[in-house]
Amino acid sequence: MHELQERARTLVQDPALSYDQKLRRLAALATEALPYPELSPACQEALEKRVICDMYEGHAPFTARYILPDYEKAIRRGLTYLEMPAPTNLDDALAFLLVMYANVPSVTTYPVYLGDLDKVLEPFVTDEITDDDLDTRLRRFWISIDRMFPDAFVHLDLGPHDSRITRSVFRVERSLRQSVPNITLKVDPVVTPDDLVEDGVRTVFETGKPHFVNHPMMVGDHGEHYAAVSCYNSLKIGGGAHTLVRLNLKEAALRHDGTADEFLTSTLPRFVELTAELAEARVRSLVEGQHFYDTHWLAQEGLIDIHRFSAMFGIFGLAECVNLLMQHDGHDGRYGHDDITNAFAVRLVEHVADLVSVRPLPYCDGGGGFAYLHSQSGIDLDHDVTAGTRIPVGDEPDLLAHLTTCAPHHQLFASGVSDIFHVDETAVRNPQAMVDIIRGAFRQGMRDFTFNLDSNEFVRITGYLVRKSDLASIAATGSARHSSDHLAAGAEHNFHLTQRAVKRIGCHERDPR
Amino acid sequence: MSATHADPRPHPESVTGFVADTITFSNVDGPGNRFVVFLQGCNFDCVACHNPQTIPLAQGDHFRTSVAEILERIRPAEPFLGGITVSGGEATLQLDFVEALFTAVKADPQLSRLTCFVDSNGSLDDAGWQRLRPVMDGAMIDLKCFDDEIHRSMTGQSNADVLHSIEMLAGWGVLDEVRLLILHGVNDSASLLRRTGEWLASVDPAMRVKVIGFRAHGARPHQPPLVEPTVGELTTAAANLQVAALNLCIV
Ligand code: SF4
Repeated sequence: MHELQERARTLVQDPALSYDQKLRRLAALATEALPYPELSPACQEALEKRVICDMYEGHAPFTARYILPDYEKAIRRGLTYLEMPAPTNLDDALAFLLVMYANVPSVTTYPVYLGDLDKVLEPFVTDEITDDDLDTRLRRFWISIDRMFPDAFVHLDLGPHDSRITRSVFRVERSLRQSVPNITLKVDPVVTPDDLVEDGVRTVFETGKPHFVNHPMMVGDHGEHYAAVSCYNSLKIGGGAHTLVRLNLKEAALRHDGTADEFLTSTLPRFVELTAELAEARVRSLVEGQHFYDTHWLAQEGLIDIHRFSAMFGIFGLAECVNLLMQHDGHDGRYGHDDITNAFAVRLVEHVADLVSVRPLPYCDGGGGFAYLHSQSGIDLDHDVTAGTRIPVGDEPDLLAHLTTCAPHHQLFASGVSDIFHVDETAVRNPQAMVDIIRGAFRQGMRDFTFNLDSNEFVRITGYLVRKSDLASIAATGSARHSSDHLAAGAEHNFHLTQRAVKRIGCHERDPR
Repeated sequence: MSATHADPRPHPESVTGFVADTITFSNVDGPGNRFVVFLQGCNFDCVACHNPQTIPLAQGDHFRTSVAEILERIRPAEPFLGGITVSGGEATLQLDFVEALFTAVKADPQLSRLTCFVDSNGSLDDAGWQRLRPVMDGAMIDLKCFDDEIHRSMTGQSNADVLHSIEMLAGWGVLDEVRLLILHGVNDSASLLRRTGEWLASVDPAMRVKVIGFRAHGARPHQPPLVEPTVGELTTAAANLQVAALNLCIV
């Protein structure tokens, strides 16, 4: 109790946090006064030692972690709870969405999904509305989103079809250069035209967005109704993820003695099971304890459905894990640079995928009764461990080797991988080169990824975007308008991410301190 | 495609050339992401050459590489490529090799999707270009200077063939771009650039022209020292060059 008091005091007195930021952190802190959902002693110990991790979501989750409301349905029908009739024109539709966003819960309190905006707004973009009108309105909407929901995990989706809205969004993005909202462009090799992908690439050069996803692959795993949200978690629309738990593969390897093969048959299955146990306890707490889905208006109005949810099972620290295990075996290859090590890494991830795919979890119908596997990109507290399945910062091989090391993992992660590749400034004069790489990456079975440009004003930290100037201003003044900037300042400090040779993947996460 | 008795030419994959280097991914050697083959040896001797080690003609077996070996290097990169480019040195000095490489790429089930481009100083004659024409998708030509006198002083050779190559390739619709290297105080006088622009526009009013500032890095020492143009000088050069709809790009 005393410790809780101390933490509460530090929090309320922190001059670097805004009022809203304090409020949210206090709420999370309060749940820590409650007992943790019941865990076995082994699970508890693994959690305390942070071999497995609950993303510091508190002891009593009272909202699902990632919620993807069905905005298309909402806008067609109107909202009873919020007393919003179905809009009939573009202005009303944009106002409707802002109201709805402000009422979508998440662990950050900011919505992680703003809709597949091209499809949601499509019925309202009539021929009378010129492109200039559209740009003016979206520009105003964009500024509202950034100022009202200042969190880089706020995310919207576009594509795979071309549309006036998507083109307008890219123009507005390039002119405003905000870090919020984050954006995904769904790419289908058949329906997405090259010049739309190229328009996306030009936007990347200005703002570091959009992220690119392999549409047919996602549809294969989730059906047509999916979206990439937050820091590139791909989930079902009208559903989402109850929770995200993750396994630190490096820590697991440090607790293993024996051969690499024995790791796969003994240590790994043990920790996978403990991670699943943690997920199960948290899902039950949310569903059976806090009755989130029985009580929230989004569920009552049919805009989310518990049957379209699952849990996310994240792994990270693959690079350190396989390097350690290879060393044990007397092989000194490095992940990303050595075929044997890379091949073992693929086997390891396949093994995790197999284990997760046969460990049933309650209330996970969205994943057919199982968790979604996710290559988890890290949070600002992670030290000396590489996010997800990535190659350590500064150790990345050339782009082709990087792509071919990462590609085999992608099909296994239904809820997203999002590797981030770095490109140099010469690419700006030749966006078609990036289109070639994107198309190639999808041809090779990659699921999703982002490019970052060397000289870009924006920098991706563990996956979300911040402006370099905002980071500099935290260093100078200690305070930030965007809540994710704090995470970035921490991650930047721990990883020197802005100095890396090639770029990284996405993530979310509340700073637990 | 096996060689028959009627066809005395060797199988394209067995042809060898002098290859100085290859790069897997390049975004500065033609449209899209490209695999680049740098061939050893050049018939010009440019004062501003930033790859002077590729000028000497190769002898013996040093650098000798077969088309088949190059194909194997391209394969892992193929999914991510828009095409391949041969550069140099002067690629067209090894015409047999270039022709064989392009022919082999186009005949290969995995690689036939890739476009084949030549990056050249433009010195190749009509007959040479005619040989490449069936297998070449595009060419980028360096124009060191429109004035023949200055061209000779910069390269040791006349520019007559270069100008002819530009006209002919543009006529065939395969001229991707002309590159103009700006050496401040040597080939960037306002009147010269204006004449250059007018001539280029007369060949193709919408021609893409890359205005490249000389960079000392890699170039040989020279007396008096060659200077890198400032951004301002390059902008001025581009402005002087701009005629009609010429599609200029400053690098
Ligand atoms: S033509 Fe090109 S390779 Fe040959 S000397 Fe001139 S700059 Fe160098």
